[in-house]
Amino acid sequence: MEEKGNPNSIKLPDTLEVFRNLKNAKQFAIDIGGSLTKIAYYSTVSFRRVYYATDNIDKNDDKNKDDKQDKFVYTYSEQARLHFVKFETKYIENCLDFIGDNLVNSDERKGKSIKATGGGAYKYSKLIQDKLGLKVDKEDELTCLITGCNFLLKNISDEAFVYNRNGSPEYEFQTADPHVFPYMLVNIGSGVSILKVESDNCYERIGGTATGGGTFWGLGTLLTKAKSFDELLDLAEKGDHRKADMLVKDIYGGDYETLGMHSDLIASSFGKICPRQNAESDYNEADLARSLLFAISNDIGQIACLYAMMHNLKKVYFGGYFLRNRSLSMHTISFSIKYWSRGTVQSLFLRHEGYLGAIGAFLKGTEECDGDKFSWLENYAGSGSNRTQLSFGKRVDQLELDRWESPLTFCPLLKDPSSYIPDTVDLNSDKEAREYWLNCFEESIENYAKFISRVQLLKIQPFAYGNLTVRGLLDTINQCLKEFDFPDPYLTQKRTENEYALTCFQERLEELDSLDLEERQKELIMGVLAGNTFDWGAKETVALMKTGEFDFKQARSRIPARPWLIDSLDSWVEKICNEPYKKIAIFIDNSGIDIVLGILPLAREMLRQGSRLILCANSAPALNDVTHSELVVLLRQIAAICPIISKGLDEGRLKSMETAQGGPCLDLSRLERELANELITVDLILLEGMGRAVHTNIDAEFLCDCFKLAIIKNRWLAKRLGGDMFSVVCKYESVNVSK
Amino acid sequence: MGPYTCKECSSLQTMEQSHTTVISNSLSNGMSMHKNHFNGTIPPMPWFGMDIGGTLSKLVFFEPKDSITAQTEDETQLLSNVTKYLTKNSAYGKSGHRDAHQQMDNVQICNRIGTLHFIRFPTSEMNNFLDLSKKKGMAASVSTVCATGGGAFKFEDIFKNELNLKLCKCDELDSLIRGLLFTVASNNNECYFWSQCTEDEQCSTQKYTFQYNKYPFIVVNIGSGVSVLAVYGPNNYKRISGTSIGGGTFLGLCSLLTGCNTFDEAIELAANGDNVKVDKLVRDIYGGSYSKFGLPGELVASSFGHMNSKEKRAQVSREDLARATLVTITNNIASIARMCALNERIDRVCFVGNFLRVNPISMKLLSHAMDYWSNGSQKAIFLNHEGYFGAIGCLLSFDERFKE
Repeated sequence: MEEKGNPNSIKLPDTLEVFRNLKNAKQFAIDIGGSLTKIAYYSTVSFRRVYYATDNIDKNDDKNKDDKQDKFVYTYSEQARLHFVKFETKYIENCLDFIGDNLVNSDERKGKSIKATGGGAYKYSKLIQDKLGLKVDKEDELTCLITGCNFLLKNISDEAFVYNRNGSPEYEFQTADPHVFPYMLVNIGSGVSILKVESDNCYERIGGTATGGGTFWGLGTLLTKAKSFDELLDLAEKGDHRKADMLVKDIYGGDYETLGMHSDLIASSFGKICPRQNAESDYNEADLARSLLFAISNDIGQIACLYAMMHNLKKVYFGGYFLRNRSLSMHTISFSIKYWSRGTVQSLFLRHEGYLGAIGAFLKGTEECDGDKFSWLENYAGSGSNRTQLSFGKRVDQLELDRWESPLTFCPLLKDPSSYIPDTVDLNSDKEAREYWLNCFEESIENYAKFISRVQLLKIQPFAYGNLTVRGLLDTINQCLKEFDFPDPYLTQKRTENEYALTCFQERLEELDSLDLEERQKELIMGVLAGNTFDWGAKETVALMKTGEFDFKQARSRIPARPWLIDSLDSWVEKICNEPYKKIAIFIDNSGIDIVLGILPLAREMLRQGSRLILCANSAPALNDVTHSELVVLLRQIAAICPIISKGLDEGRLKSMETAQGGPCLDLSRLERELANELITVDLILLEGMGRAVHTNIDAEFLCDCFKLAIIKNRWLAKRLGGDMFSVVCKYESVNVSK
Repeated sequence: MGPYTCKECSSLQTMEQSHTTVISNSLSNGMSMHKNHFNGTIPPMPWFGMDIGGTLSKLVFFEPKDSITAQTEDETQLLSNVTKYLTKNSAYGKSGHRDAHQQMDNVQICNRIGTLHFIRFPTSEMNNFLDLSKKKGMAASVSTVCATGGGAFKFEDIFKNELNLKLCKCDELDSLIRGLLFTVASNNNECYFWSQCTEDEQCSTQKYTFQYNKYPFIVVNIGSGVSVLAVYGPNNYKRISGTSIGGGTFLGLCSLLTGCNTFDEAIELAANGDNVKVDKLVRDIYGGSYSKFGLPGELVASSFGHMNSKEKRAQVSREDLARATLVTITNNIASIARMCALNERIDRVCFVGNFLRVNPISMKLLSHAMDYWSNGSQKAIFLNHEGYFGAIGCLLSFDERFKE
């Protein structure tokens, strides 16, 4: 699936509210630090969900039959969401007032409590109680931090990253790894606490230092005119520490060779201040701020490293308010740890480092976040970096996590889950691809104000939401659409196309049945490829489709001559003619011609060969992709025409299942658990379409045979892959052959 | 200056080509004489060792007290002049000091018995020092001086040009260890520790008998910056860590925060201040101790943690700020030293360097930190000649040669 086609009619509100859904807020937690305060609340959001045509809903409900004129049934469904808002502690009164005023039902608050953590929990306890009328339960700060850190590492994709200032990519995100423990957490607040974490419940404070964020802030305030922590950091970025620090070369005149110390290493922080060596190199306050930042970051890195080596820990994560994902600080700490550990200890930073305590406090004793029951997804539409303003004009930062009502899990067929990366291209490290895709997204969806601001932010900070991939961008569009109550903008389009395709279904079957076995197998694949051309996500085919004259036959005729860009059709045909599969899972793509004339005839053939079949469809709508609820309806309609499919459904040999995906791509590390269980016994997995088989998973390796089929409908991508427009990816990989 | 060469140094320095050449030198005072080179025999007097650090330069001078005279009349005269100048004064120029209390008598070097004198001056005054040396003819009889510290490299050209002296460069850490071992061996009263350092009132120094021939031990040298060494034998040590936050940081920050100009002034201010007004303690955050993790309420949670508050800033004095700076830096050094010792499984930690001069506050803090966090298993040891070991080691570099 590609850049958006023609959502011309969609207009979105262009500002994002802070403290969204506050009125529904059910549970609160607050983490009050010396510098920043984070409020977490749990709330539900209702979304319109739309059901297509005759669904189970109106089967038993006569009233809904009236709605059948437009054939859609909207229902409201509730989704749980975690909101986090971060602001400077000095505005805590304003924020508490704001929350107090906006919580509708004060009766509901009675007897309820707010969980509080952080250094300020003690100090502000009474204020919170007075302003919100909620009882304050104090939670242990470090326990909250660890709980929060574990939650993020397990639930949020691309949460942790390695920072290399001169590297490409600069931000190296860590893929989701089932093995999180053991690790060391260095929390840099006013002071520094160093924690060793061995499991969710087993951790220990192994040390710390009083030289922390508070030291930087306190000394910085004394030495400069900066008024806030961020101003101090801004100053540090402008300064030249060499004016204040004594470097190795100031003492030695060059390198200290016997110890291998480079001439630019700092020998003594602030060592040039007194006595002044020569007056002409006068320092200013920015120089002092930088020197201070270096002294403290280096020191924390060194002490963290000593603890890591003492306890034999290889991974060190950093949390707290000091770093703020600032490159200068992250670089200094990384450098220090690398230097002192000789590369044996890895420093890792967290995208949401500031939220650890608030998340942890919130999770304490709540059922709402049970990892065995639910999983979480970052809501890109609602999360933002320090851009949004509160109604009283203060800058805040937000994070929103959507709850998925069942646990998600890795696809059991993946050969090596811990090294699985869904995305084919990492746009962070591939500048050319990044520019192309961001421009594509920007041009084609001018009306998505919210999304545009995200795209523009990504142009400046490609790492803002973790690894930048085509999948992430497509997900963001979908979240924005859902957020602004466009439950499924392609609904009408999909319906019309399905209806049209259904009229051609019988004819296509007859055509196929006239061929001999081998020719039929080839033609079935041709049919899937021709069908896959009909994609409202691909700009270039949208233009063709808009003419109204582009049909299945034309699409079929446009398929280039073989050999294709990737062409293993012959080995597929040989295999399928001789030895059918026992159980096949097909991850389907578009509605209309694609599913009806491409996939379903293939499914019918497979059923005829005696295979069991699972058709896997998206749980939530994305462009013109078939959703699971639509698939159910469509299969019923097909069953009325085709006895083989009807029989398959009746006997349970043909099933439709949902994937838990809500975008045009496929992340096999986050599948619905029910589907994952079903997949264990599958001996062929078929991935269809660009989103599922090219943007993601083209390089994925499986324990069973796999077949990736797609037609490249994007000129730029086709060229990059070394082919032309409408190039064919027909990649059949047999486990037996590769052995 | 150290008017001798040492073979060890010359073998280190390949650029040193001629070993025993005699250079004719016209001196500023008109006296003409030969510059001698050490060639395996006892080097000509006067004997010096020099350690040019980032902030301070340290000079050790050996004054022979035995009756052996093996020198020419000119040399004897010169030695006598130099000795008289150095030993009769305790201040040289504006900023040179002799630490008379440090003086070591009855020291034996190269079979000679004599007294070691200890002199220091700020490295920033190097030009004045060179002028003075020229004037006093201290570099008159020799062509090469043994020196260590970064300045031995940095000022090499200036010494050559101004005094026609070659600096024979000894490694800084080699010299430090050599000097330390020698001093501890020759001076029974060199080492001490602070007893009952948890109780400020009763805290006092006690003689410590350092078993210097027993290894390993840790040496933490606190100069402008800090080096941490693990010593496994007389010629076997490694630099295991260090930090740029050292004495130079203390003086630099103190000068910025209080306007003071010298180390002694900064220490004086710190002695009369209270860091509790500046630092955020555990109890300031938690209302008491953080018992879950065993952190007492009086523990500093965040150094300078109060100073981002305007009200708190209005309440602190220069003395308080100086004290907080001293405490912050000392505690940080203690942390690093403690963990290095733990990682190396070594329990004796010697703290040296000029940061500890006239600085009982830091020594007590270091002692307390080592004792408290190790439950008494680690010991902080201090040495009377805190900052001079590099210079002593430098002076000795030819003595070892001589003994072989």
